[in-house]
Amino acid sequence: MGNLNILLFDPLSLFFLFVILGVSLPSAIYSCGYLKNEYSRRKIIFGWLLLLAFVFSMVLVVIVNNILIFLVAWEIMSLVSYFLVVFDSEHEKSIQAGLIYIVMAHIGTAFLSAAFLLMYKYAHSFDFFAVKNACQLMPAQVKNIVFLLLLVGFGTKAGIVPLHVWLPYAHPQAPSHISSIMSGVMIKTAIYGIVRFVMFILGVDSSWWGILVLVLAVISCLVGVIYALMEHDLKKLLAYHSVENIGIILLGVGLAMFFVSINLPYLVIFSLIAGLYHLINHAIFKGLLFLCAGSVYKACGTRDIEKLGGLIKKMPQTAAYFLIGAMAISALPPLNGFVSEWLTLQAFFLGALNTAGGIKLFLGLCAAMLALTSGLAAACFVKAFGITFLAQPRSHYAASAKEVSLSMRAGMLFLSFLIVVFGLAAAVIMKLLAKVASSVTNIDISNMGFSLNNFTLNPQIGKSIYLSTPLLALWLIVLGAGGFAIYSLFGKKRRVYKTWDCGYYKLDSRNEYTATAFSKPFRIAFSFFLLPYRKTQKIRESFYHVKSFSYETHTTSVFKKYIYLPVIAWVFKSAKFMRRIQPGSIHLYLSYILVTVLLLIMFMYKF
Amino acid sequence: MTKVFFIILQLILFLLAAPLLSGLISKVKNNIRMRRGQSIFQPYYNLVKLFSKEEVVSGDSSWIFKVTPFIVFSSMLTAAILIPVFIFSPMHQMGDFLSLIFIFALGRFFMALAALDTGSSFGGMGASREMFISSLVEPAFCLVVFCVFLQFGSTDIAVFSGVHPVSICSFITAIVLFMVTLAETSRIPVDNQETHLELTMVHEAMVLEYSGRSLALIEWSSYIKQMILFFLIAQIVFPVNFSGLWILWYFVWIIIIVIAVAVVEVFVAKMRLFRVADFLGFAFVLGVIAVVCAILGV
Repeated sequence: MGNLNILLFDPLSLFFLFVILGVSLPSAIYSCGYLKNEYSRRKIIFGWLLLLAFVFSMVLVVIVNNILIFLVAWEIMSLVSYFLVVFDSEHEKSIQAGLIYIVMAHIGTAFLSAAFLLMYKYAHSFDFFAVKNACQLMPAQVKNIVFLLLLVGFGTKAGIVPLHVWLPYAHPQAPSHISSIMSGVMIKTAIYGIVRFVMFILGVDSSWWGILVLVLAVISCLVGVIYALMEHDLKKLLAYHSVENIGIILLGVGLAMFFVSINLPYLVIFSLIAGLYHLINHAIFKGLLFLCAGSVYKACGTRDIEKLGGLIKKMPQTAAYFLIGAMAISALPPLNGFVSEWLTLQAFFLGALNTAGGIKLFLGLCAAMLALTSGLAAACFVKAFGITFLAQPRSHYAASAKEVSLSMRAGMLFLSFLIVVFGLAAAVIMKLLAKVASSVTNIDISNMGFSLNNFTLNPQIGKSIYLSTPLLALWLIVLGAGGFAIYSLFGKKRRVYKTWDCGYYKLDSRNEYTATAFSKPFRIAFSFFLLPYRKTQKIRESFYHVKSFSYETHTTSVFKKYIYLPVIAWVFKSAKFMRRIQPGSIHLYLSYILVTVLLLIMFMYKF
Repeated sequence: MTKVFFIILQLILFLLAAPLLSGLISKVKNNIRMRRGQSIFQPYYNLVKLFSKEEVVSGDSSWIFKVTPFIVFSSMLTAAILIPVFIFSPMHQMGDFLSLIFIFALGRFFMALAALDTGSSFGGMGASREMFISSLVEPAFCLVVFCVFLQFGSTDIAVFSGVHPVSICSFITAIVLFMVTLAETSRIPVDNQETHLELTMVHEAMVLEYSGRSLALIEWSSYIKQMILFFLIAQIVFPVNFSGLWILWYFVWIIIIVIAVAVVEVFVAKMRLFRVADFLGFAFVLGVIAVVCAILGV
C-alpha cells in the first residue's frame, strides 16, 4: 500500500459502486425530462453540475482507502446535497429543510471526526489497513467509545431513529431525481460506513454492539412506518419509508455484528447477505418510487395525495411502475423486497436456533416486529397507491394530468425491470453477495451451501429451506391463468355500470375514501405514540348562524417535542449564559487565548 | 411424474373440498342454535349461482379491479400446493412456511386496492380495516412460524411430516394459529362473513363491488384460504407421517377445528374494531408464551 495508492476496489466497494451507479444512472436519464419546462436553462445546467458532483462524491466515499480523504468526500457529499435540497430556493420550505439537514449533517460529521481522531491516535496513520491493524490492539474501552461515535455519526446520515428528523424534510424537498438518489443511495453510504468501519476495520468483539444496533433498527422500522402511515405528502411518505427500510437493512447488519461477536461464521455471512440484499433492493424500489412520485408531481403540481386520484387512467405507465415499486416495498412475492425480507426473517430464525435462552426470545420478538413492519408497510402502500392512482380524480389537478415524457418513463422502466430481475435471480445475487460478505468479515465461504440448484435459494447447510422465486412466479402465473380459464368458461355477459351509490344521490369524488380516513384505525391504535389531537373551529356569520366548520387532525412529533425542542432550547439558554464572557475588551480576549493555550499545553503533556 | 400427479390431486382437493368446510361450519352453528339451517352444500350452490350470473363492473374502476380476482385465486392456490396433504409437500422447493405469510399478503394487497378502485366509501372502509387487522395479525403469525421453527429446526413445510411428541408448545402455537385463522378468514369475533352492514364492514365490504364470476372466484379463494389454515393448525398439533391412517387423522382434526370455529362463532360476540387490536394483542402474547415454552422445551 503505497502513499499514492489511495483507491480501494474490494468487493464491498464494488458492490456500493454498483448501487450508486445503478440508481444514479436512471435518475439522471429521468432528470432530462423532469427539469425541462420546470427551471430556467442556467439552473438546469447548474443542476446537472451539482448532480455530477454529488454522484462523484458518493463514488469517492466508497472507493477511497484513506480516512482523511473519506472524510473530505463525505463532507463534499453533504454540502453538494445541501445545495440540491435548497435547489428550489424560492420556496421557504426548502431553506428550512436545508438548514435542518446541514445542521444534522454536521453533528454527524463531528461525531465521525472524533471517532477518526481516536483511531488515528492508535494507528498514527489514516490508511484503512494500518488503522485496521491498530484497532486490534485498541483497549476495549476505547473501542466501545469509537463504536458509539461511529454509530451516532453514520446513524445521522442513515436516519436511524431518533436521528432521523432531517430526512422527512430534506428528501422530499429536493427535485425528485435527487430525492431518489438521496433516499435510494446517499443514506446507504452510511451503511457502507458502518459495515466498513465497524465490521471491517474496528472488528466487533462485544455482543452488545449488535444488540444495540438491532434495538435501534427495530425502533427505526416501526417509527418510520407508523409516521409514513400518517403522512399524506407523497414524497414525505416515501422519505419516512426510508427510515423504515434503513431499519430493515440494519436488522441484517446488526445481526451480522451480533453473530461475529458470538462466533457463528455461517450466520454472519447469511445475515450480512440479507442486509446487503435489502440495501440494494431498497435503493432500487425507493429510487423508482421517488421517480414515480416526481412524475405525479410534475403532472399534477401537487404532492398531497388527498388531492389526487384516478391517475391510473391518465398516467397508465407511471401507475404501473408505481405499483411494481409498491409491491416490492410491501414485500410481495415474487419481487425483490420479498426475497430480502424473507432472508432477514430466516436470519433471525436461524440465529435463534443457534443461541440460547433470552437471546432466542429477543430474536423471535425482533422477527415478529419485522413482520408487523411489513404488514404496516403494505397498508401504507395500499393507501399511497390506492388514493393516488385509483378511483375518480379528487381535484382538477389530477383530472388534467397527462403521462410524462419518454425520458422520465425510461428511467422508471429501467428500475422496474431491475426490481423484477432482483426478485427472480435471487439465487445468483445471493451468491455474489456472499463474496462481498466474506471479504468484509474474512470468513471462508467455499464450503457454505450457497448453491444454485434449480434456481433455488437454498441457504442452509444440512437442513434444507427452499425459496424459489422463479418457480413461485411461474405457479402464480399458471394458476392465475387457470382462474382466468374457469372465469371465461362460464357466461360471457359483463355490464359496465356506475359504482353503487347506496341508492341515492349521484356518487362523485367527494364520496371517496380519503387517506386520512384510511389511516384512522392506525392513528387510533397507535395513539399512545402519535398523540393525535384535533382542532375544530366554527366559522360564524353571527351568533346564531354557523357558516361553516373547519376541522383539522394532527399528530404530535414525539421526537421533536421531547428531544429536539428541549435540546435546542437548552443550547440557546447556555449560549445566552456564555455571552457573559464577551464584554468586548480586547485584554480579556487575549487572556482567554493565553489560558486556552496553557490548558492545551498541559493537556498535551498529561495525555 | 408422481409429483405432477400429487400437485394436480392437491389442487383438485382444495378446489372441490374447500367450500364444504364453510358449509359444515354453518351447519354446526345452526345445530348449536337448535335450527335446521341450510344444507352443507350451500356454498357450492352459491358458487354455481354466481358463476352463471351476469357481472356488473363499475365504470370508474381500472384494470386493477379486473385482474384482482385472478391474482387472489392464483395466490391462494399457490399457497395450497405448498402445504403437505398427501405427500409431505408437492412443491416444497418453491417456498416454506414463512413465505406463506407473504403469499397471503399478495392476495390481500390486491383485494384492498380493488376495493379502493371503484371509489365507493364502502370499499375504502373495508380496505382500511382489512389492512389494519392484517397488519396486526402478521406478528402473531410470524411467532407461530417461529415456534414451529424452534421445535423442528426448519421452516421447510416438509418438517410437518414426521412424528414429534405432542407438547404444550405446539398446543399453544395451534391456539395462536387458530386465533390468526379467525382473523384471516374474517370470522366472528373479528369480522362477520354473513353480513356487510356498517358494523362489520371489513372483508365483505371490501368485495362489495364484485359480482358474478369475479365474486365467485374471490369467494372460492377465501374458502381455499380457510382450508389451508385449517390444515396448518391440524398439522401443528398433529404432524402427519404419511403412513397408516393419516387421512383419517386429518379428517378427525379438520372436524374438530370446524366444530371449534362454529362454537366460537356462536358463543362469542363480534368485537368492535379496536377490540380486535386487543384480541390480536392477546394472540401475540400467547405466541410469546409459546416461544418461551419452546425455549424451555416443554
